[in-house]
Amino acid sequence: MSALAERPRFAARIDPLRRLFASPASVLLTIGCLALLVWVLPDLLRFFVFDAVWTANDGLACRAPGAGACWAFVAHKLPYFTYGAYPLAQRWRVDIVFGIGAALLGWVLIPRAPARKFGGGLLLLVYPIFAFVLLEGAPALGLVRVSSDLWGGILATFVVAAFGIFVSLPFGILLALGRRSNLPVLRLASIAFIEFMRGVPMIAVLFMAATMLPLFLPGWLTPDRLLPPLVGVALFASAYMAEVVRGGLQALPKGQSEAAQALGLRFWARQRLVILPQALRLVIPAIANTVIGLFKDTTLVATVGIFDFLRSVDSARLDPHWAGPTITTTAYSFAAIFYFVCCFGMSRYSYYLESRWHP
Amino acid sequence: MLAGPHFDARRRGLAAQAFFLGALAFLAYAVARIGLANMRARHIPVDFSFWNEPAGFDIDQHLVAYSAASTYGRAFLVGLLNTLLVSALGVVLASLLGFAIGAARLSANILVGGLAALYVEAMRNVPLLLQLLFWYNIVLEGLPRPPQSWALAGHIYLSNRGLFLPTPIFAPAAILVIVACIAGLGIAVLAWAKGQPLLAALAAIALPVAAYFVGGEPIGFAAPVFKGFNFVGGTRLLPEFVALLLGLSLYTAAFIAEIVRAGIQGVPKGQGEAAAALGLRRRQARKYVIVPQAMRLIVPPLTSQYLNLFKNSSLAVLIGYPDLMQVFAGTVLNQTGAAVPVIFTTMAVYLAVSLATSLAMNLYDRRVGKGGA
Repeated sequence: MSALAERPRFAARIDPLRRLFASPASVLLTIGCLALLVWVLPDLLRFFVFDAVWTANDGLACRAPGAGACWAFVAHKLPYFTYGAYPLAQRWRVDIVFGIGAALLGWVLIPRAPARKFGGGLLLLVYPIFAFVLLEGAPALGLVRVSSDLWGGILATFVVAAFGIFVSLPFGILLALGRRSNLPVLRLASIAFIEFMRGVPMIAVLFMAATMLPLFLPGWLTPDRLLPPLVGVALFASAYMAEVVRGGLQALPKGQSEAAQALGLRFWARQRLVILPQALRLVIPAIANTVIGLFKDTTLVATVGIFDFLRSVDSARLDPHWAGPTITTTAYSFAAIFYFVCCFGMSRYSYYLESRWHP
Repeated sequence: MLAGPHFDARRRGLAAQAFFLGALAFLAYAVARIGLANMRARHIPVDFSFWNEPAGFDIDQHLVAYSAASTYGRAFLVGLLNTLLVSALGVVLASLLGFAIGAARLSANILVGGLAALYVEAMRNVPLLLQLLFWYNIVLEGLPRPPQSWALAGHIYLSNRGLFLPTPIFAPAAILVIVACIAGLGIAVLAWAKGQPLLAALAAIALPVAAYFVGGEPIGFAAPVFKGFNFVGGTRLLPEFVALLLGLSLYTAAFIAEIVRAGIQGVPKGQGEAAAALGLRRRQARKYVIVPQAMRLIVPPLTSQYLNLFKNSSLAVLIGYPDLMQVFAGTVLNQTGAAVPVIFTTMAVYLAVSLATSLAMNLYDRRVGKGGA
């Protein structure tokens, strides 16, 4: 009796280090893992740190036998990775857009920051217009027009991702409400849209947007190269966002809606004040996952001729000036680190938010 | 009687729907009109008349007979089969790896668990396209050229020209073996369900083997032979195929691992404790109590991962593997210009598979939901 009662506590108290050698099988696994680390880590460190070339003006030093990663290449190409073909003299505009965007995001994302609602309003309503005018240019304000065909690199990646998030959240919420509506026409239309978008690959949606959008718009409305993928990404992400939001709506007890109704709240007031704040909070991790997925999917706009960050990296590695055996590995490693930092950061932030609300 | 808020709400609802329908219909009409006019002006075909015309381009990998003289319809079939091939193999590989890594993440050994977690986070937070480019441009480029190719087990060779496999050669009696395989699998599934794994294994292995010898060894293999600069004979899998298969499997495995982990952790702790109280050993508890309940949580998200893999196989476009998207929505669309029929057909294929799968999943959910809890 007492032995049984003791067991779980005993198990919980085992030192994790001792578990590495708890049984013969565990010992074997431990040795295998250690061997793997010893085999791989020194080579990785040597390639990426100790033997790496940090400063150079061309590919000569990187082509030397035994040279590791060519970070000098990344440093040299960083402006291209950031701005794409955006004109040199106008790049300060991109810097301002990035800077203000980062400041506003920080304001909104830090839970203890003051007047966050005001910051949120600025970010959602004022900032997109401001950013568009500054990037696209307005001759009336003395800003040279920069065709969006020239936007590239991190700028293009962020524009596509931001536009996707900006559209897909509200549109996804509307679709989710539509799918749960008791008006059959709205419900069927929402279901059809959501299931269609979720049933086809994003590349198919991008192909469709790129080939069909110019055909189905009136002649005076010729879209530039960036618009079709923006529309495609936004529609695609909306369908996924809608399903996430629907999960939150379904998880909410019915009593919430009924109580709000009993208080005399109309439909939209009910959703805005009672249902959505709770439903969205329930699905924060899932929303974060959708946003991360959207961010990774922005790489697919390369199929329709946009030079986003990954495409710029992939094309820069072919520069004959820098060509060498380590360039491709260096370029892809840099891209992987960039995406990893962004995506992993987002997922950590969502865990942090969730733990604040559900301690 | 009809007045009051209820009636108002109903009338409002009807009005809203009528307005919505009207707007939708107007939009569809306007778009169709503009689209048709634009396409007529640019002489873009809007029907399927191109389907039976000769395609005039080659496809590197075709599972059915195909040449440049074949029709566009045949090219569609080749692309579709290539998509299905890479998806089917990808699903198998991703499942094997995903379940293994999911189990590893739950290991009490922190080193094993940590490495599995590292794998999952690294794979999930880097775009699939980047991973495909990595496999294609770094790993496969780094492979030796055919003369120095790596000999893997049994006449399988890997080089930067692709993976070379022996080609199976079927005599007419091979049909006997195929029938025996199917029958053996059927019996095995039944026996497994009845709780007789020994009989299941026997049926799955012995039946086809017996048929193979009864039929006079009707299946032979033509091994690839190195001649001149490359391999002759055998089946060659494109480097693009190998890269796509690797990338898709390794990427999806990370998501499957998370699903498996969540499924096993989702079984209430009391279940394991109750099994222990009944005197089951840990292995028995896992087999009879934990895993069956975990599977109920695992299967629905698992199928959606399979669908994702299927849809993600369209990234083939970006590394040049001739899948449905690359062959049909790429080359065929470019040559014929028939944007609407081509995009429509491509979408319909992906949509049909997706909808069929989610239909099956709904049936499964209903059955399992009623059977348990």
